[in-house]
Amino acid sequence: MKYLPIIWSNLGRKKIRTVLTLLSIAVAFILFGYLAAIEEALGQGVSIAGADRLIVRHKVSLIQLLPVSYHARIAQIDGVDRVGHSTWFGGIYQEPRNFFAQIAVEPDEFLALFPEFKLPAEQLENWQRTRTGAVVGKDTADRYGFKIGDRVPIQATIWQKKDGNEAWEFDIVGIYEGTKPGVDETQFLFRYDYFDEARLGGEGEVGWYTVKVGDPDRAEEIARQIDIQFANSPAETKAETEGAFVQGFAKQVGNIGAIMKAILSAVFFTILLVAGNTMAQTVRERVVEIGVLKSIGFTDTKILSLVLAESCLIALVGGGIGLSIALVLVSAGDPTGGGLPVFFFPTPKLIVGVGLALLLGLLTGFFPAVRAMRLQIAEALRRN
Amino acid sequence: MSENNSGTVSLRAVCKNFRRGSEEIQVLHTLDFEVQAGEFVALMGPSGSGKSTLLNLIGGLDRPSSGTVEVSGEPIDRLSDSRLAGWRARHIGFVFQFYNLMPTLSADRNIDLPLLLTPLSKAQRREHVSTALSVVGMEHRAKHYPRQLSGGEQQRIGIARAIVTDPSLLLCDEPTGDLDRKSGDDILELLSALNREQGKTIIMVTHDPHAAAKASRVIYLNKGQLSTEPEE
Ligand SMILES: Nc1ncnc2c1ncn2[C@@H]1O[C@H](COP(=O)(O)OP(=O)(O)O)[C@@H](O)[C@H]1O
Ligand SMILES: [Mg+2]
Repeated sequence: MKYLPIIWSNLGRKKIRTVLTLLSIAVAFILFGYLAAIEEALGQGVSIAGADRLIVRHKVSLIQLLPVSYHARIAQIDGVDRVGHSTWFGGIYQEPRNFFAQIAVEPDEFLALFPEFKLPAEQLENWQRTRTGAVVGKDTADRYGFKIGDRVPIQATIWQKKDGNEAWEFDIVGIYEGTKPGVDETQFLFRYDYFDEARLGGEGEVGWYTVKVGDPDRAEEIARQIDIQFANSPAETKAETEGAFVQGFAKQVGNIGAIMKAILSAVFFTILLVAGNTMAQTVRERVVEIGVLKSIGFTDTKILSLVLAESCLIALVGGGIGLSIALVLVSAGDPTGGGLPVFFFPTPKLIVGVGLALLLGLLTGFFPAVRAMRLQIAEALRRN
Repeated sequence: MSENNSGTVSLRAVCKNFRRGSEEIQVLHTLDFEVQAGEFVALMGPSGSGKSTLLNLIGGLDRPSSGTVEVSGEPIDRLSDSRLAGWRARHIGFVFQFYNLMPTLSADRNIDLPLLLTPLSKAQRREHVSTALSVVGMEHRAKHYPRQLSGGEQQRIGIARAIVTDPSLLLCDEPTGDLDRKSGDDILELLSALNREQGKTIIMVTHDPHAAAKASRVIYLNKGQLSTEPEE
């Protein structure tokens, strides 16, 4: 692009103005990137939820438990491939603010249901051998320095032990990682058989079931079948797809997504005015120069493209700086220190960000560019 | 520039009116004007008489209200805006009173501007730029920015920009109007040399009889008409 030096040199014309404009665009995009990460975290897993997975919980609430005997009955329903159960532990590691999810599961079942959790084969074998074994996500392991072989005490809040001990002790036997970004790497998973035997009360009860269906298109229908199966029993169920479940969970946090969009819209509208004003001024100051370029033989459309290219360059440089800073800030980690287990900058949002910058450039450049295009040469040169 | 009529100018019955509010002012009245290839014509006349307007019509920067404008045999009043722009790029070099260089570009990049519109390679463009720089004697200022150059030097760069595509016709609107006598004389000498040695047709607007004396022909614009004698 042989015109790039001309476009580039125009940015150096009023350096302070250019820098201020770039800064305001950058700030908007930092906000955009950061809020995108938070929004993703609040809708945690919606985008990676398996379309072929159902969550089956107690109809009254998630806190109510379901009998472990439902396992076999769900497995028999037509279209169900696999069933597993999970139970929320809700314990405390050292201090209440050290939050991470602890869940009792059946190891083989769990890993078969959640192929996005990757655990090395020898660690799985170790888990199968170790009754008190626990597997922890990489994020939590890094945060608290858990290593394989460590014994980690977790303070009970819901589940007391039969032996009267306040603390449950677990042996770290493995550390899992997600197979793709967005997988929650903060969970602390331990064996249900150990949990069930050692807990005081609640034996034979589990928190919820995860069901894998053969055909995702039949997911809704199978969910209905499951609920019918347990209708009018002491523990009625509510089955729904994992995506719907996660979304419902996110809504409890309030419609923060909508608030964020409102904030972002306001910010972008302001930036549109700031950058638009810069471009309008830029063309107004350059009337004679544009006339000279036209006299040299630059066509009206070429002038139009040059002005648009300049506004897009400003928007892309500003947006690029903003998005890069947002990336750095986001990768520095969850600002709440554990409240948002999945905190990363989703790639699709990055692409949206670049697209938004381009759109900003086109919008702010449009009217000045048309004005420059329409400028009559003789008129422009008379401004000399 | 193989055609033998390249650099000729022929205006027939040209009128040019401007609207100023509701009133229509006639600047050029049914004017005829011929310039032969290789001529150096000085165009004089009182301020506001329409000299710049005439030059703009010849250079295809503006269109006549009526009449025809032929340059190098091409009836340019019939070209579309974009064809006209392309035509200007190939056939005309403009030199302005206030030089009108891009302040953000170095001298050589300013001279390179018209070449961007050609299919020339970067190396070829560099070649042309350095030739133009040496014609105007400014090789040593190639990397300077306009604000680092004197008026006379800036005008030399302006002339280099005008000739870099090797047009047959140079249109100069008061090229020495902003210069002191010494620098002005240098610029006039440069224009004469371009006319003499490279056969460029030159039409130069000027207020200065001393400048006009360099030309091979002087013509006066008064009350919208051309004459060979200054009006009393
Ligand atoms: N674009 C325009 N709109 C209205 N009037 C114009 C325009 N261009 C030139 N004029 C008028 O035409 C007359 C001639 O202008 P110009 O050609 O610039 O004169 P000169 O160059 O001889 O001083 C002046 O009265 C000027 O005000
Ligand atoms: Mg004039």
